[in-house]
Amino acid sequence: MTHDHDDDSAHGSELSEMQLRVRALETVLAEKGYIDPAALDVMIEAYETKIGPHNGARVVAKAWADPAFKQALIADATRAVQSLGLIDRVGDHLIAVENTLKLHNMIVCTLCSCYPWQVLGLPPVWYKSAPYRSRAVNDPRGVLADFGLTLPADAQIRVWDSTAETRFIVLPMRPAGTEGWSEEKLAALVTRDCMVGTGLPRAPQDIA
Amino acid sequence: MDGIHDMGGMHGFGKVEPEKNEAVFHAEWEARCLALNRAMAAIGAWNIDEGRAGIEELPPAVYLTSSYYGKWALRLENLLVKFGLVGADEIAAGHALRAGKPLAGKLGVAEVPVTLTRGAFARPAQAAARFKVGDRVRAKNIHPPMHTRLPRYARSRVGVIEAIRGCHVFPDSSALGAGENPQWLYTVLFEGRELWGDNTDPTLTASIEAFEPYLEAA
Repeated sequence: MTHDHDDDSAHGSELSEMQLRVRALETVLAEKGYIDPAALDVMIEAYETKIGPHNGARVVAKAWADPAFKQALIADATRAVQSLGLIDRVGDHLIAVENTLKLHNMIVCTLCSCYPWQVLGLPPVWYKSAPYRSRAVNDPRGVLADFGLTLPADAQIRVWDSTAETRFIVLPMRPAGTEGWSEEKLAALVTRDCMVGTGLPRAPQDIA
Repeated sequence: MDGIHDMGGMHGFGKVEPEKNEAVFHAEWEARCLALNRAMAAIGAWNIDEGRAGIEELPPAVYLTSSYYGKWALRLENLLVKFGLVGADEIAAGHALRAGKPLAGKLGVAEVPVTLTRGAFARPAQAAARFKVGDRVRAKNIHPPMHTRLPRYARSRVGVIEAIRGCHVFPDSSALGAGENPQWLYTVLFEGRELWGDNTDPTLTASIEAFEPYLEAA
């Protein structure tokens, strides 16, 4: 993480104020004996390095390469992802939804920012933003256009609003021209956005 | 509550603006803020629903003009005071002025991995599920003034039970500190036109995850 963000941000004054405010909170909580700053350091490092869409990409690549795993993933994503051993213990209620030529799935949380952290990491700013949360449920094609994505006019669009503790990950379609690819190579095609439903996987020629 | 957080279907917020190669955190304080919130939740200072309610109870103008982690910082301050863990005078001073309350114990380095795993919210059923897959249901026209997970756009609308997700902690009770009160959870699928009217994209369907008390037979 960089520490010189105050200088190059348009919101420099807000950042400075927030920095002081959060630092003061941490001081109070540490002095009260409620938190251990060293534990915070470890947690932050995990969010920056261990947890992220690379885990979800491995899950998708495995589903593309292994039909039995794909079936298990659709049946019970929590259990299937656990079986890969990427994550120490996979939390409950993970649900994988499959895109097809006729059906495109998209994930949103209109009420807050629910997102499958364990497989995708922390959500990006746009996912938590008012434009996405307001429009995903009534204008998904317009939202996809903001991402530069146009779907066939006759494709069905299914929006999943994450209004409980169930969490969703999109299983995108495997790109053509990837026959015989290893899981590792396939995983390089899988973007975060294609697992949220706001993008498609990279094309094979994009990673050549 | 019918708050500003319940944004599904609202107009006027403009385009979605994805950021290329977005960093996990945009400033160090965002990371500290996230970790402080999670460290306090991890020791049971409040539950996940009380935490969400803490964000929703921010004044609408503050909600809309604060950044995401800015809201988390305000929520943390408010909940610390609400639950009597820190005094407003201590937050203002930036230092503890009194000893802390005894809690279950602070989160140590060794316990961090546990916080990275999502909690389990499924609970033993208290009664048989009232609905089955394929049933037509109407989301109730209810407007509770406190935390609820039934979005406004679905209320009074008719959908179909697509899946039964088991019996889960009921956020409407949990957010009040009134116990888990487990309820059946369903995926309810709506036609776009049922939600948004005749001019809606005919290829659109949308689902919510709805607790049984939100639903009635249709």
